[in-house]
Amino acid sequence: MTLLDFFSRNSGELIALTFEHLFLVVVSTGIAILIGVPLGILLTRKPALSKPILGFANIMQTVPSLALFGFLIPLNVYLFHVKILGGIGARTAIVALVLYALLPIIRNTFTGISNVDPAIRDAGRGMGMTDRQLLFQVELPLALGVIIAGVRVATVICVGTATIAAAIDAGGLGRYIFRGLRANDNVLILAGAVPAALIAIAADLLLGYVERAIQFGGAIQWRSKRLLWAGAASLLMIFGIVGFFMGKPAGRIAVGSKDFTEQVILGEILAQAIEGKTGLQVVRRFDLGGNLAHDALVAGELDLYVEYTGTALLAILKSQPLTDPQEVYRRVKREYADRFKLEWTEPLGFNNTFAILVRGEDAKKLGLKTITNASRVSAQWRAGFGQDFMSRADGYPGFARTYGFHFQEIREMDLSLTYRALAEKQVDLIAGNSTDGLISRYGLVQLEDDRHYFPPYAAVPVARQGTLQKYPELRALLQQLGGTLTVDEMRKLNYAVDGEKRQPREVAREFLQRKGIHG
Amino acid sequence: MNNDRAAIEFHNVSFALADGRQLLGNLNLQVNMGETLVLLGRSGSGKTTTMKLINRLIDPTAGEVRVDGKATVEWDPIRLRRRIGYVIQEVGLFPHLTVEENIGVVPRLEGWHPDRIGDRARALLTMVGLDADRFARRYPRELSGGQRQRIGVARALAADPPVILLDEPFGALDPITRREIQQEFRSLQQELGKTMVFVTHDIGEAFVLATRIALLKDGEMILLGPPEDLLKSRHPEARAFAQCFHDSQSSGSPR
Repeated sequence: MTLLDFFSRNSGELIALTFEHLFLVVVSTGIAILIGVPLGILLTRKPALSKPILGFANIMQTVPSLALFGFLIPLNVYLFHVKILGGIGARTAIVALVLYALLPIIRNTFTGISNVDPAIRDAGRGMGMTDRQLLFQVELPLALGVIIAGVRVATVICVGTATIAAAIDAGGLGRYIFRGLRANDNVLILAGAVPAALIAIAADLLLGYVERAIQFGGAIQWRSKRLLWAGAASLLMIFGIVGFFMGKPAGRIAVGSKDFTEQVILGEILAQAIEGKTGLQVVRRFDLGGNLAHDALVAGELDLYVEYTGTALLAILKSQPLTDPQEVYRRVKREYADRFKLEWTEPLGFNNTFAILVRGEDAKKLGLKTITNASRVSAQWRAGFGQDFMSRADGYPGFARTYGFHFQEIREMDLSLTYRALAEKQVDLIAGNSTDGLISRYGLVQLEDDRHYFPPYAAVPVARQGTLQKYPELRALLQQLGGTLTVDEMRKLNYAVDGEKRQPREVAREFLQRKGIHG
Repeated sequence: MNNDRAAIEFHNVSFALADGRQLLGNLNLQVNMGETLVLLGRSGSGKTTTMKLINRLIDPTAGEVRVDGKATVEWDPIRLRRRIGYVIQEVGLFPHLTVEENIGVVPRLEGWHPDRIGDRARALLTMVGLDADRFARRYPRELSGGQRQRIGVARALAADPPVILLDEPFGALDPITRREIQQEFRSLQQELGKTMVFVTHDIGEAFVLATRIALLKDGEMILLGPPEDLLKSRHPEARAFAQCFHDSQSSGSPR
């Protein structure tokens, strides 16, 4: 399928995502202007503040977006009964984008005003202008070109960064990019990246035109410039008001998922089962990056999502690795109830552990069955690991120690890219997920964890206690779903989406029909 | 001379920078109503500093400057500046405003009715010898240096201030335009009878325009009197300027 085919078949969705993207960019840039320009002006009046303020804006730009999201989601800040900080969705994405957009705007406002010819400023003061009059009648108009140049940079940064907003369910063209990365689908990646790039180019050209037109006394007269600003400001107000009220609608069940295929399928299965069996309305908040789903569940922005026992034990509770599946389940269930008021319901049945994978041909040629086998022949091998595997307690360091691995080279890349890298012989061993559909697609072989290094990762829906108390029918449904999914079944579902390019929604529906749960 | 009414008085005025460098030392000077006092001197002699003390762009570190008999530090700086016209080198025009808007800045700050501002701007354009219909809507960058300077003068006159300060207003012009505009300015001066303080380093200009000349060197006033006094003085700095004046006179005549 070519990109154009994709666009013509999905034009409705494409337009919706483009508008979501534009919404994020316009609102964030607008708020950044409303904060950044006054701050820049303040710096020209109180130069002592320029170090701390510009320093802060500088640091904000270097914070990785997922880390920033993780910090923002648990916050719970209200202004006049309207939540302005925290949670998942557009609100948090906008706050993060504003923080990224601030630096160029503050800096250019400061520079633009500082660079106004001192003789002109003296002329204004000598004619009896107050500081305020000097600012609005002389300094700001003359600095406007430079300020617009800053807004231009900020806007382009926002267009790019807004693609990551899909990681916290804020929508936008990032959805295509994340889906594409997950499914190893270049067309999908381009479907998100190309329109985003076009928006960036269009915004750059448009603001470049405004910048030139505004150069003193050009095509746009000062009066109409004022009109332009007023128009832009009111547009922002409308966008902003709409944006702030967007949140989790009351009286609905919010089902979440992390940002990989299996999670989206599981999210769909939960969502459709709830819709079909209980008649409750469901909001889907999928594709949440990192541990953001957990943060959102704790913050009350989600009611349930599927978590893995090992992930909860190590990444969230920060405990030492344990190997007994029953013990792990009991432990996380108890600690979640105590610490977060969250309930672990019935395990779905399968275990999604790390799978140490090699190419089928290598396994046959070298007779590899277990990880220990591989450790003996791996001196010349290159390994490809996701960021997750490299950083977690049950990840690479312990793995290499337990089995005595010394790779020639370790390449850290996005998990979804490692399968293809292995198949294309760019690396020789990867740590994938045992349920990944790509394992069979690329003919990869999973090596047995013969020293029992990896803890169990049983998939279990985790829900807010309050939600389960309020809707007893939900608890009953989750019990019914317990034990319905084997590893093989999960691998098939994953392959249907990743390999056969089918919609998670359809795949989930068929599964529920097979199990007699649907409708 | 002391019988004339003083518009501006300097009493033992000194000005030093925060780092202690003294730019002006113990200046005593009186500018009479209706006269044109030229502050003459080399670059860095303290001319512009003296001027900025009058409209309170800076405050004296010692002594007192009085405008209309009242110390500048007791004036509200905004009120003070609006009754003092101010012309500086050509950069002083606001590049983002039209000629008409530039001239109308002070009247607008003073809250005049827009119609009155427009009429005033046109009258002033005519007074400085520019066609109002042609120039009112142009921007400064569309004008020649001489035209810009005329606008600068018109702008300083806009709200009819009793005192006008001019800081090397014709410094950036070519010699011919400069000569023309000096002559025009001289007749304007006689017509309006304003009190003017005019900063220049050009002795020729000083002779054309000055009622009296104050010669400054290294922040001190070394001579004050009508132009002829300067030619008679034995002070080396005065003789240096006088020599310049003679050279410029003779180079203009055939050998």
